[in-house]
Amino acid sequence: MSLTFTLDGKTVPFTEGQTILQAASAAGVFIPHLCYHPEFKPHGSCKLCTVKVNGRQTASCTMRAAPGMDVESETEEINAERRALTQMLFVEGNHFCPSCEKSGNCQLQATAYHLGMMSPHFDHFFPNRAVDASHPDVLLDFNRCILCSLCVRASRDVDGKNVFALSGRGIKTHLIVNAKSGRLADTDFALTDKAAQVCPVGVILQKRKGFAVPIGERKYDQAPISETVTEGK
Amino acid sequence: MTYNLETAQHPETLRRVAIDPVSRVEGHGKVTILLDDQNKVHQVRLHIVEFRGFEKFIQGRPYWEVPVMVQRLCGICPVSHHLAASKALDVIVGARKLTPAAEKLRRLMHYGQMLQSHALHFFHLCSPDLLFGFDSDVTRRNIVGVAMEHPETAKRGVLLRKFGQEVIRVTAGKRVHGTGSVPGGVNKSLSVGERDELLKDIYSIIQWSRDAVHLIQKVHTQDPGLYNSFGIFRSNFMSLVGHGGDLDFYDGTLRARDDNGKPIFDHVDYQQYNKYIEEEVRSWSYMKFPYFRSLGKEHGWYKVGPLARVQNCDQISTPFAEHERKEFVDYAGGTPMHAPLAYHWTRMIEMLHAAEVIKELLHDDDLLSSDLRVEGERQMEGVGVIEAPRGTLFHHYQVDENDVVTMANLIVSTTNNNQAMNEAIRHVARRYLHGREITEGLLNHIEVAIRAFDPCLSCATHALGKMPLEVELLDAEGSVVHSLSRG
Repeated sequence: MSLTFTLDGKTVPFTEGQTILQAASAAGVFIPHLCYHPEFKPHGSCKLCTVKVNGRQTASCTMRAAPGMDVESETEEINAERRALTQMLFVEGNHFCPSCEKSGNCQLQATAYHLGMMSPHFDHFFPNRAVDASHPDVLLDFNRCILCSLCVRASRDVDGKNVFALSGRGIKTHLIVNAKSGRLADTDFALTDKAAQVCPVGVILQKRKGFAVPIGERKYDQAPISETVTEGK
Repeated sequence: MTYNLETAQHPETLRRVAIDPVSRVEGHGKVTILLDDQNKVHQVRLHIVEFRGFEKFIQGRPYWEVPVMVQRLCGICPVSHHLAASKALDVIVGARKLTPAAEKLRRLMHYGQMLQSHALHFFHLCSPDLLFGFDSDVTRRNIVGVAMEHPETAKRGVLLRKFGQEVIRVTAGKRVHGTGSVPGGVNKSLSVGERDELLKDIYSIIQWSRDAVHLIQKVHTQDPGLYNSFGIFRSNFMSLVGHGGDLDFYDGTLRARDDNGKPIFDHVDYQQYNKYIEEEVRSWSYMKFPYFRSLGKEHGWYKVGPLARVQNCDQISTPFAEHERKEFVDYAGGTPMHAPLAYHWTRMIEMLHAAEVIKELLHDDDLLSSDLRVEGERQMEGVGVIEAPRGTLFHHYQVDENDVVTMANLIVSTTNNNQAMNEAIRHVARRYLHGREITEGLLNHIEVAIRAFDPCLSCATHALGKMPLEVELLDAEGSVVHSLSRG
């Protein structure tokens, strides 16, 4: 017998062990998310994929699907909360889309468009964060970090290098480089590492390649994020 | 250095009249006029009331971000900053010679911008003064008034600008703040469809540009008493001049002439610009005052922009614009024309030239090529210079071995015209305001003089952190408790 649950009234099939987000993605239904990546173990930290399951809020990237669940995702109430979370991410860092080379390819920006975010709403923190340009091939712009930890997981679990970590607590949490000097040049990080490919925003960037893709041909120029993020993409 | 009417002897005894903001210009500026009891003018200043600080906050950023970031200086001619920065960074990535496709695509983008910016300035901002009179009814002295009384002229203004914006869109990706130009080249070529779409309209655009030249020529020559003398002052000129002395907006060498047309310098490689040009900071403006080193602060200031370019070049490469240039030079009588209102006439000659160059480029198949980018031996420093709609624009960067910008210096077009604009409004104040009851119409004369230069005040303000400044903390009795000074 096939296993199913309902998502916004639509029947979604799933296999044993799949999370709600995985099953939804496989069925072509988009649930906004930032820290989730299909190739990595869910982290459940950004909370953007929050849904209501039988009336209770939970992160859909960590909640396993179960038969007969009634899941709500695309409701005004939940999207308003997702929008507020996204606005908080924007004001906590320095996200200047107009001059950011990740613009058009950025998951945070695309998610903000998807959620209809029209302004940052909250006061900007304007944190003072330096750029680490020490590595010959890769630039780190910490201004744009949203603490998704994908680079931490990729470097540790795939590359076996442990180059990145999240340090500090609460509002002071920040991304660090695992070297005595704190500089990327003093690690064995390489452009070919998985960790160099997974950043959903504009923190980990290949040097000297910015703006090589013209407007109109960037990832989210082609289609909105709701049509591009499905299982395995 | 004190200029006539720049600083009054006893400002505390004078009445202050302010034009705030100056209208129908780009950016925010104000004019202050100090008058005595008999309405005699003692001080006139054009102030730029905002600062931007781009030179500072671009430091610490990766160099490839710069062409996209600095164009945010302006929403009217961002392409100028986009390209000037790209040209400086071409030097840094070792791309001293671009591919033919890249150079032509950049040129197309830039000439599209010249067309749209000149059209905007002439039709939207200045035609109300020129068609209705400087002190005409203020309620109709605007583009809506022009649209009601001269609908065909207004419509052409809008469509000329739209065409220029379309040229920018297909080359840069967006009409405003695109990303087309990158260090070492461009990131896109034209598709056949994009090219053909532009070709459909270019012949009308050229004809309308010719008509615009004839319109301003007629307005100017019908009232020589006003147009040849309004706000007039004599000064040096400077511009880029292209190969063989051609008018060129995209590239060339620097040429400067004195007020009689005698060369001051010529064939100057702009990488060496700071051997020839120095900037002075004055306490009352965020905009600096550049001057030629060889002539000093007092005599070394100059004007840039259409009036300088059209008179500095030896010829224009396109036939219609060259014909109009000769007409203009003949009218001037073989000596340099200094009248600020002649900027409008030369601006329209430039718009016509831009339209003709766009036509030539659209017939060049290099625009469809995919050979778009080159690199060479990496350098630590580069200067990019371009002729923006308002005049010569300098971008100068130093980049460290980690690809991060360590120094940025921008001398933007309007800054080059700073002293010139101040001279023009002082002349107008002396001629029209001195000893008279001030009216809105008279004050508009001041604005007409400013508008002639097409100033873009928003991108001209860079004196952050360099102004001589004195701060005093006073107690309730007015005694100085603490003071700080700089500069």
